[in-house]
Amino acid sequence: MESTEQTRSISGSMQSPRSPSSLPYLSVSVTDPVKLGNGVQAYISYRVITKTNLPEYQGPEKIVIRRYSDFVWLRDRLFEKYKGIFIPPLPEKSAVEKFRFSAEFIEMRRAALDIFVNRIALHPELQQSEDLRTFLQADEETMDRFRFQETGIFKKPADLMQMFRDVQSKVSDAVLGKEKPVEETTAAYEKLKHYIFELENHLAEAQKHAYRLVKRHRELGQSLLDFGKAVKLFGACEGEPTGKAFSDLGTKSELLSIKLQKEAQQVLMNFEEPLKDYVRYVQSIKATIAERGTAFKQHCELAETTKLKEINLDKLMLTRSDKVGEAEIEYREIKAESEEATRRFERIVTRMEEEIVRFQEQKTEEMGVAFHQFAKGQARLANSIADAWRSLLPKLEASSTV
Amino acid sequence: MMGSEDDQESKVKMETLFLREESNSNSNYRSAMSTLSDSRHPSIVVTPADSDPLFAPPSYYNESRSKPNGGNRDSSSYLEPPSYADVIFSPFDDNSEINGSDDGGSSLHSQSSDSLSRSPSSLTSDYIKITVSSPQKEQESTNSMIPGGTTYVTYQITTRTNLSEYGGGSEFSVRRRFRDVVTLADRLAESYRGFCIPPRPDKSVVESQVMQKQEFVEQRRVALEKYLRRLASHPVIRNSDELKVFLQAQGKLPLATSVDVASRMLDGAVKLPKQLFGEASSSVEVVQPARGGRDFLRLFKELRQSVSNDWGGPKPAVVEEDKEFLEKKEKMYDLEQQIINASQQAESLVKAQQDMGETMGELGLAFIKLTKFENEEAVFNSQRARANDMKNLATSAVKASRFYRELNSQTVKHLDTLHDYLGLMMAVQGAFADRSSALLTVQTLLSEISSLEGRAEKLEAASSKVFGGDKSRIKKIEELKETIKVTEDSKNVAIREYEQIKENNWCEVERLDRERRADFLNMMKGFVVSQVGYAEKIANVWTKVAEETSQYNRESS
Repeated sequence: MESTEQTRSISGSMQSPRSPSSLPYLSVSVTDPVKLGNGVQAYISYRVITKTNLPEYQGPEKIVIRRYSDFVWLRDRLFEKYKGIFIPPLPEKSAVEKFRFSAEFIEMRRAALDIFVNRIALHPELQQSEDLRTFLQADEETMDRFRFQETGIFKKPADLMQMFRDVQSKVSDAVLGKEKPVEETTAAYEKLKHYIFELENHLAEAQKHAYRLVKRHRELGQSLLDFGKAVKLFGACEGEPTGKAFSDLGTKSELLSIKLQKEAQQVLMNFEEPLKDYVRYVQSIKATIAERGTAFKQHCELAETTKLKEINLDKLMLTRSDKVGEAEIEYREIKAESEEATRRFERIVTRMEEEIVRFQEQKTEEMGVAFHQFAKGQARLANSIADAWRSLLPKLEASSTV
Repeated sequence: MMGSEDDQESKVKMETLFLREESNSNSNYRSAMSTLSDSRHPSIVVTPADSDPLFAPPSYYNESRSKPNGGNRDSSSYLEPPSYADVIFSPFDDNSEINGSDDGGSSLHSQSSDSLSRSPSSLTSDYIKITVSSPQKEQESTNSMIPGGTTYVTYQITTRTNLSEYGGGSEFSVRRRFRDVVTLADRLAESYRGFCIPPRPDKSVVESQVMQKQEFVEQRRVALEKYLRRLASHPVIRNSDELKVFLQAQGKLPLATSVDVASRMLDGAVKLPKQLFGEASSSVEVVQPARGGRDFLRLFKELRQSVSNDWGGPKPAVVEEDKEFLEKKEKMYDLEQQIINASQQAESLVKAQQDMGETMGELGLAFIKLTKFENEEAVFNSQRARANDMKNLATSAVKASRFYRELNSQTVKHLDTLHDYLGLMMAVQGAFADRSSALLTVQTLLSEISSLEGRAEKLEAASSKVFGGDKSRIKKIEELKETIKVTEDSKNVAIREYEQIKENNWCEVERLDRERRADFLNMMKGFVVSQVGYAEKIANVWTKVAEETSQYNRESS
């Protein structure tokens, strides 16, 4: 599993299970996709193997069975709890029925899920997550229960509250005539937001062409196959020496067709998929940006409200109203909330700063690997094409001077 | 300019010709064919170097647009970024290792605007080169009743040759319209029955508006040029009077047209009474096929004969017995099918290569944009490093894209041989058809003779019963005997014609087989050589990127 190797090498803190047990390690692999169930209800289950010596885990090895929606659960939980961190993205839920169970698709998904879990396991904060432990260790029934609560049609109460509050604040804004958008306007953050949004566009285009390139490989392979067949038939018609020469040509053409199909698959897995992953990552960052925006707004609003309450309290204290006690309690509550909101917001800011650095480095590494593999694959392909055709030349040479 | 490889090839061809000549004791070739044994096998000369991309100096990045890649819409917009101008490309210069000392590549691409791998045997001395150019609109001068009249297009046909038949080394031009070409084709078909005459470009049934459109005129110009060049490369036809007249005679084309339906009918109508009253047509006309001619009676007779043949009438005295011929015919048909199939697959191969090149280029472009973007927005060094990696990838992708597309235009030229041979297959069918129709003429005449003789016998028998002779019957017998004699003459001429056509068929098929073998071997070689060459170039390009990104090599082996 090359991908696990590559992500592990980024942060050198984790080592292979074979290293001395004194150093802490946590290594996960997602393997053995198996189709379960029938018809519309059919799904793929994966075996998730955890090897660790961390005390929080039931080590040294634990194997559980998980399905795609379990991964989604984990991602959602982390997203809730670790705001500001770029949660590793998941591969898309496949829309098209007929591809859902093709061998290639299943393998690509397995690889992507493996990368997903490992990124979490390697992240200094995320690896501490209790939800991760649940995911890696809970028995299947427990997992089903958790998953049902979170990813079913029932939204979390927190979500509902949030939606309510959003509507509330929008209404009150309108009523109070507060139309100005509450957004951070620091130059650096503006630049970052612009960068992320633009980057998604550029990457999406590159990924689109990469996908088309895969298709082109397949098409070229197919046409070489057809051409080879036609040429062989033609050769059968003709006498010597043309006949044999054509026949050889046709055979080579068919051979190259196979190589092209293989390379198409390689390009898909080692070049196009990493680009897609890059796009997903950027989308995950956009979600984090949205969270930060929400947190900022809350921080601002609560700060406002606190100030208003303070003013009100002072007023009441001056008039020695009997409402002072009540107001004071309210004020203290709001103030605590506001401070909490501010803390939340600031933690997001700090986290994001670290995350950006990590993200850029990680992406440079991962893209570098992808480019390297792509270039090697293309070079290999071109060389074998050259070799195959070149092998025909001596005979062709000989034939044409006969 | 010609590689030594070509010389060798043509020498070999000459040797085979000579060998055959010697082995054939009764040289009953048509006289024209024998000129082959004297002169060296003449051929078409190459297009001037300035229009051939391979002989142009290595084109630099910005000049790639000037390359005349057929049908290659060079979307040069993304070749602009000056920072990548260091991508210098020298086409096809290092293929010498493949063919030993010969630059096998260049000699194969010498006939760039013509079918690439026609047996060149391009020797230095004898040549004939035809160019079709400067299409012009002209007015039909005769219809003075209709204001404006109809317009038609003429083309300038320039011939450069040093053949003695054309008066030694010279260059001359005439103006011809498409109708003239049709006439030429028709006259050649009549004069050279049994030969594989290259098919002429189609008459297009389109509106006069379309006729004048630039694109249509250009397509037609190209087709005409190809056709005339093929005629000139046919060893027999190139020396024909018809072609000479077509290429040289100034002013109106002095060849009889046969498309005038009105006069044809008139002639036929004039002849018919004569025939009905027993005057036979002159025997010379038997040399032409009945169909398309003006002899309706003969047409009818032959039609009746062919029906009789098909529907199991009495077996005609002479049949197509030549098993070899029948086998050959089968084989030709088979071959045609395979060529059609191969040609179709060649087309989709070309398309796939084209698409690959395009998409690779678009990918490169997308990464160039990304590189620019990352560099502009870079906050971290990791971004700059990534931008650099992307730039390397992008540059190579763009280079590879260009290689794919160049390879493709080479492939098109090579595999065009397949398309060309489709046309030749038609010519072969035409030659075989000439033979069949000549045979039918013979059969018809034979059965006519036998029926005439039958009548004469009956008359004689009847007349001999009348004591003292039957004056009217005797006269009739005399007339019949006259008719029989004339018909016998016609029959002999027809048989001679048939034999000649058989001979022509055989020579042509032999020649074609030989040429086809050589042409297709050349085609394969050319195809393979260019595939190898470009695959190597593409491999180099990507190897470079692999090296530049070698720090990212994570393979454990």
